[in-house]
Amino acid sequence: MNTSRITRALVASAAAACLVGAVAACQDSSSDSSSTTAKTGGGGEIPKGLKTVSMPKQLGNPYEELEHSGVTEAMEELGGTNRVVGPTDAGASSQVPLINSVTQQKPDAFIIAGNDPNAVAPALKAMAKAGVKVVAMDSDVAPDARTVFINQANTQGVGEDQIKLVCELVPKCTGEIAILSATANAPNQNAWIKVMKEVLKQDAYKGLKLVKVAYGDDDDQKSFQEMQGLVKAYPNLKGVIAPTTVGISAGARYLSTSPFKGKIVMTGLGTPNQMRKFVKDGTVTAFQLWNPKDVGYLAGFAAANLVAGNITGKEGETFEAGKLGERTIGKDGEILLGPLQRFDKANIDDFDF
Amino acid sequence: MSRNSLAPGADTAPAPDGGSGAGRGPLARLASAAGRWEFLILLLIIATCVAGQAISPQFLSRASFMTGSLDFTEVALMALPLTLIIITAEIDLSVASVLALSSALMAWLWMHDVPMVPTVLLCLVAGALCGLFNGLLVTKGGLPSLAVTIGTLALFRGLAYVVIGDQSVTDFPTAWTDWGFGMVGTSILPNTIAVFAVLAVIFAVLLHGSRFGRSIYAIGANQEAAYFSGIKVKRIKLILFVISGVVSALAGVIISLRNSTAAANVGQGFELTAIAAVVLGGVSIFGGRGTVGGVVLALFLLAAIQKALSLSESISTAWIQVVTGALLIGSVLGPNLVSRMNEARARARMRGDAQARPPTTSQEEAV
Repeated sequence: MNTSRITRALVASAAAACLVGAVAACQDSSSDSSSTTAKTGGGGEIPKGLKTVSMPKQLGNPYEELEHSGVTEAMEELGGTNRVVGPTDAGASSQVPLINSVTQQKPDAFIIAGNDPNAVAPALKAMAKAGVKVVAMDSDVAPDARTVFINQANTQGVGEDQIKLVCELVPKCTGEIAILSATANAPNQNAWIKVMKEVLKQDAYKGLKLVKVAYGDDDDQKSFQEMQGLVKAYPNLKGVIAPTTVGISAGARYLSTSPFKGKIVMTGLGTPNQMRKFVKDGTVTAFQLWNPKDVGYLAGFAAANLVAGNITGKEGETFEAGKLGERTIGKDGEILLGPLQRFDKANIDDFDF
Repeated sequence: MSRNSLAPGADTAPAPDGGSGAGRGPLARLASAAGRWEFLILLLIIATCVAGQAISPQFLSRASFMTGSLDFTEVALMALPLTLIIITAEIDLSVASVLALSSALMAWLWMHDVPMVPTVLLCLVAGALCGLFNGLLVTKGGLPSLAVTIGTLALFRGLAYVVIGDQSVTDFPTAWTDWGFGMVGTSILPNTIAVFAVLAVIFAVLLHGSRFGRSIYAIGANQEAAYFSGIKVKRIKLILFVISGVVSALAGVIISLRNSTAAANVGQGFELTAIAAVVLGGVSIFGGRGTVGGVVLALFLLAAIQKALSLSESISTAWIQVVTGALLIGSVLGPNLVSRMNEARARARMRGDAQARPPTTSQEEAV
């Protein structure tokens, strides 16, 4: 009885081993993609029929779906195709098995928004070795694991654009303004605020006076109370910039039911879905964020130009990015999307994220 | 649940239809082999290989095996102790959370300049403590393991975030991380799968060739009877939970090395895939039955299905979960239905054909 059970276990293991052997015996099918043949090198045309795969952090996120639809739009414009493949959870390593499978499919290029900069790096390096061009967008991966990175917003640009917008919205660009930030040590927000303070020193903005930076800790309730506090403490307040999606919607919610609705300018970084009702009811005139679809669109063009050999990822190289115009590769292979997208009554219904 | 010839391990108690086929004709033996669960899984693997190759010409390739098995390492490791636990009619849902806690702890220790060897050892000790916690609540506390480990599933994952937050640590020594995604020599067998293979043999011998293993089956078949026949039911269960904790922690170390990243959010949902593999491998979710060989085959099947689906250019990855779930239900339902049919047939035979009752009637009665 006992020995027969062991035998059976061994037989089963042997069967598994046979399967391993069978797979091992299989030839490594190395069918090279035919569309990469049209390499022209430097300034050449983009070959038709390019195949790309783009990978969001997680399936089912409307923001990311928009981003990756941008890649698809770019590829279709260039006569190629893009396929979106992604994991169902955003764990640090959930993308790895899928990346490995994409490597086997050998598309011309691969575009990824990384869940974790380093967890995906070994798999991406293996992919690059197999001849696939790797482009990161939105969330960068380890720089040696991709050729270029599409940065939706650099610190300087985000800071400048927000001051530009508040200046436009506050009557005569004159009066007291405040900032409603996330936590006191949030690195992104602090970097932007630092730029804003620098920009405010310029002559064009000398009418604006920054009176306070408040911290809502990216908590809806806390942000709401901080907004209330700002309005009470500074009776001459003309505008509030909230460079965080939590802050801007909490601030707008407070204003929408207060007597200051329409009198104090509320602006900053927000998503259209969150802000739609405040724009429609007149609490908020305009706010900003990068346009996610353009992030993907630019990534698609960068990928195609890499495949065509027009660019190699070196600083200073330039390429045409369709409707976005010419783009230049910056330091460490970074390509900037450009100015923030402005959302207001006129265009907010064109966006769903 | 009634016994049937389809399920592996049915020989722990005499099967109603007379047993293992030894001493019968070769045809009968072939028929009984064909009826075995492992054989079915084998057929499914072949079907998956055919379908996979149709889906993508890349399917039957060295790269598929290397990456497909590598990506399945952690689930495969965790399925081994789970097999033993489920045979005792208990369950451990916290395995993937222990994996995450181990990964987070590894990150924390490495950040605090603890050398690699003690770091790994401490992770394994932490895993053992997690398992001990589960085991004590189940055995001393007399609580159902389903409830206990649903609790610790949340608890351990939460602790992982307490330890490391949303940070991740990536600067492990390259000698270790290279091993994590390397192959044995120049073969296509990943190092991590070699570790799994060794453990699988150890678990197979433990379960199928030792007193300890016989006790595990006895507990699953009838806990009361096992207790009164002198088997230390509680102690064996406690040991199994501790083993599960240690192996899950090992899986946490391996996934961190393999991805050269330790973080708290790794391995989400792995427990479900591991349980699916165990049940699909013919282990009865009600205890008392199952083999390590069957589970190994089921792991191979699941990995092959995942690889095939992820290589497809038209099927969304969301279908991987759908298929895994369907297989899980099918593997619980399938043996159940077959055993009912077998019993019905056996009873009809016992009543004798002389009465010539229509078989449909007797089947209904039997059900």
